[in-house]
Amino acid sequence: MSMGTVLAITGAVLAVILAGMGSAYGVGVAGQAAAGVVSEDPSKFAKVLILQLLPGTQGIYGLLVAFIALSKIGLLSGNPAELSVASGLMILAACLPIAIVGLVSGMHQGRTSVASVGIVAKKPEQFVKAMLFTAMVETYAILALLISILAVNGVPV
Amino acid sequence: MAVLTMKKIHICAMKKDRKGVLEKLQSMGVVEVKTDGEENEAFKKINTTSQRSKYEKRVQNTDQALEILQEYAPEKTSLFSALAGKKDVDDDKMDEIIENRRKYNLIVKNIHDLKKEISNCNSAISKCELAIEGLMPWRNMDIPINTTGTKTTDVLIGSMGPGLTEDMLYAIVEKRQPELSGYSFQVISSDKDQTCIFAICLKESTARLEEAIRAEGFTRISYFSKRTPEGKIEKYRKDILAYQERIEKLRGKLVELSGERENIRLLSDYYRIRADKYEVLGTLLQSNSTFLIEGYILEQDEETVKAALNQEFSLMVETEDVPEDEIPPIKLKNPKVFASAEGVLESYGLPAKGEMDPTTPMCIFYIFLFGLMLSDAAYGLIVFLACFIVLKKFPKMGESLAKSIRLFMYCGLSTLFWGILFGGYFGDLITVVSRTFFHHEIIIQPIWFAPLDDPMKMLIFSLLFGLIHLYGGLALKGYMCLKKKDFVGFFSDVVSWYMLITGLILMLMPTDLFASISQMSFHFPPAVKTLSYALAIVGAVTIVLMSGRSNKNPVLRFALGLYDIYNLTGWLSDLLSYSRLLALGLATGVIAQVINQMGSMMGDGILGVIVFILVFLVGHTFNLAINLLGAYVHTCRLQYVEFFGKFYEGGGTAFAPFKENTKYVDIKED
Repeated sequence: MSMGTVLAITGAVLAVILAGMGSAYGVGVAGQAAAGVVSEDPSKFAKVLILQLLPGTQGIYGLLVAFIALSKIGLLSGNPAELSVASGLMILAACLPIAIVGLVSGMHQGRTSVASVGIVAKKPEQFVKAMLFTAMVETYAILALLISILAVNGVPV
Repeated sequence: MAVLTMKKIHICAMKKDRKGVLEKLQSMGVVEVKTDGEENEAFKKINTTSQRSKYEKRVQNTDQALEILQEYAPEKTSLFSALAGKKDVDDDKMDEIIENRRKYNLIVKNIHDLKKEISNCNSAISKCELAIEGLMPWRNMDIPINTTGTKTTDVLIGSMGPGLTEDMLYAIVEKRQPELSGYSFQVISSDKDQTCIFAICLKESTARLEEAIRAEGFTRISYFSKRTPEGKIEKYRKDILAYQERIEKLRGKLVELSGERENIRLLSDYYRIRADKYEVLGTLLQSNSTFLIEGYILEQDEETVKAALNQEFSLMVETEDVPEDEIPPIKLKNPKVFASAEGVLESYGLPAKGEMDPTTPMCIFYIFLFGLMLSDAAYGLIVFLACFIVLKKFPKMGESLAKSIRLFMYCGLSTLFWGILFGGYFGDLITVVSRTFFHHEIIIQPIWFAPLDDPMKMLIFSLLFGLIHLYGGLALKGYMCLKKKDFVGFFSDVVSWYMLITGLILMLMPTDLFASISQMSFHFPPAVKTLSYALAIVGAVTIVLMSGRSNKNPVLRFALGLYDIYNLTGWLSDLLSYSRLLALGLATGVIAQVINQMGSMMGDGILGVIVFILVFLVGHTFNLAINLLGAYVHTCRLQYVEFFGKFYEGGGTAFAPFKENTKYVDIKED
């Protein structure tokens, strides 16, 4: 297996690892806050669950980019292409936006989510606004995802 | 698509009709009572707090009784009972309850008493259990607990620190009272907390012996009983059984009473209505023989209310246009399809005074964009069918919930539409299944194109849809300007921006940069090029000169105008924000493909099919759920931030008429 393929796979796993870490942290802290609210008022379960889930998307975006990258180099169909170092590096670089932005935005979205859970605890009717604050952070994960997808897709193999 | 016209209503009536008028208004439920007038010598507000809190307490009481019934005689409810909505009850039934409310109050009290008795029994049981636990170390002692001795001997029963043996006890006494004799120790039990001991001694030695061991921490047993510890434990166990039997009996009574559940609900709602009435009564201005009601009413209800009141009572009722300096509450009216998005608008804020109701255009964009983000035909069909069935099955569902579900139903249709255009049916399910299990690949061609094959094309279209959305928002701003006859505003804040943006886009389109991104090259005739420059320049100049027009100082005005041009970056970021349409659409499709691929990894054969079905069910449920959430959140964002940002502020309060605010039933008049 060529060095290029190694680099490409490194990129794919980084996308999953870093973005997944960000989401795990975000969903984790949001879940702690949500559990606190439910212990006081179980009827708010559905609302706080949604807020907890919001920082979870970065991990999925990472998975998505990794999947596109792996299928691009033919690893999933069983006959990996022999990549040049340059192409491998290109795929690695293409995976980095979602990997890094996924990590950072996932953590920050988690913290915003905690604050939004606080809104729902006090004013459940303001749920949609609470949700929007969290969704604002996600915008940047989406932008990173977009560039990662376009870049991975565009790398000549 | 409109904010309904509000009118101000004034009613002046005789005090003797107070109850009747208020009840009439409450049952009609079309007037929001809002008294602005100040108290003066003739007209005073009366304090109804005590009556109100009396009824609120009763509401609480009945609700608690219902909770108790639910605890001991649970009502079987389905998973979807929350959707079922309130039951219809005709007012004869309600009258019956009101007439016999003493009887039902007694039932409520009875329920509370039963509950109290059950709690008493429960605490008695835990007391017994605690006592049993305390007696357990003593259970090997086979004499009564309160044995004090014989004619010549005294008995000391009690506990000392842990880990003592009989020999150690003798040693303790030896040390403290060396000359003492005629005593004997027995260790009954020993655990990590205490040593239970039994001592017997001659009567004359008692005091000195006790003194000796007390110094080492001896305390007498704290139970008093003529039974042996074992016997006492037995007694407590019997008591517990008796209490448990009693609880069962009480529970049986509660189950019997649970037949009255419906009636108690009605009673609770009756008290709720009464409490509301007293709340309103407390805000009214009253003189010795008359009282005043002020409030808001919809123009369309004006005549009915006047007629109804005049028919029953002798009073004065008149309506007028809402005065300039007052901010009336807001009530929206939209055709049924578009009204489904009213909830989305309410979450942002109702129109402020003088603003238009943007529900209808927003609803169209909402459904359109939602479908683009989810964009899978099968998911769309599932969402549509699920919402459709729920709506059909629970026609009495609460209004706002029904609206949201209806909105999602339309969104499902839109998703189905986009899914067919883009060729997504559970991602590439058909292709994967036909290849894996039938060894003959079937590919369903998208009607338009598959975004994953040509993401740049999809990106350009996403931005185009975004531009339409933003232009729509700007158009609504223009509409509001025209409605207010603010023609200067229309040209300098709306038309100028249209010109500038359109001009810039026309300038951008023939460039190499645009061609390399979109893989489309445009060649405009020179006339169009000139036009694009002209549009951009005229637009920009208008903005610079006009947007600071509220300022008298010409220098400041010019500076503000220049600053407004900076809003171009706002337009750019708004537009780029629509790239999420592509990203979220791809996310749905690619995750679906991952799931299908994982499912097909076990290959052909029985095992393969089973694994595939399992992965299919779990995976696609997960994907649908997470992408539904994503589409919902991001569609809301595009509406609130990008679309509303162009024209809408919100901040109105909702029309909240004085009505029968019930919790359990809807009262229907015959």
